[in-house]
Amino acid sequence: MVYLTRVEHFNAAHKLFNPAWSKDENDSVFGLCANENWHGHNYELYVTVKGHPNPDTGFLYDVKKLSKIINQHVVDKLDHRNLNIDVEFMAGKMCSTENLAIAIWQQLMPHIPAEIQLHCIKLYETPRIFVEYFGE
Amino acid sequence: MLSEHLLIMSRKIAVFRKEHFNAAHRLFNPAWDMQKNDAVFGKCNNPNFHGHNYELIVKVVGEPDPETGYVIDMKVLSDIIKENVHSKFDHKNLNLDTEYFKGINPTAENICLVIYDILKEKIDPKFELSVRLYETERNFVQYPPNA
Repeated sequence: MVYLTRVEHFNAAHKLFNPAWSKDENDSVFGLCANENWHGHNYELYVTVKGHPNPDTGFLYDVKKLSKIINQHVVDKLDHRNLNIDVEFMAGKMCSTENLAIAIWQQLMPHIPAEIQLHCIKLYETPRIFVEYFGE
Repeated sequence: MLSEHLLIMSRKIAVFRKEHFNAAHRLFNPAWDMQKNDAVFGKCNNPNFHGHNYELIVKVVGEPDPETGYVIDMKVLSDIIKENVHSKFDHKNLNLDTEYFKGINPTAENICLVIYDILKEKIDPKFELSVRLYETERNFVQYPPNA
């Protein structure tokens, strides 16, 4: 089994705010991230797939095609957007990096070709904060 | 001994402090219609904003102080940046939450110039100051240009 990773990036605005809570509760849990006027990040997305190299090409999968799938179903919908307002697949969800990674997995899953498996979504919110989701 | 001392103390050296903040912004010109804003600013004109992790590098050039060996105490420099820049920009909407971009587009260029002006007032004029601002890893600006 070989693991292949494609890195993409996007930038977006968001806020962490639970509408069921008061402003004070939100401020105490989410701090600066609850700013009602949003803040933003440069996100780095690592998509790892696994499988066996094709004997004819030596490729696990054409990485350019993988990039196209990621861009079409994920990056184009997130880049330069407001995650809370503009992104259908985040509607009604808290826009944490954790939830975004899970949602990206769910977005990609139906479009992953049969010859490979999705292994991991690693998402950096800042150079020092990232999450990993393995579909479990 | 005296000549060695002079050699060390009379030379200028640059010291750098790196800080970061993240913020939302939108690029648009209110004098233009949506179509023209879209044509010029593209995705950056999203009315719901987008955002970045900004990396700020502040450069201070001066001679090491003969008594401390420092050009400027890095902790002091860091506190100046935190108090006057970071606290005003971090986790903010640059268009809505700061006083600096009323009528000025918060492009990397303009943010860099604003930060330079803020810091210039707080740092001893005997130092040469320059500011480099990364909007993304691959897009960055610097003022003054040749510093």
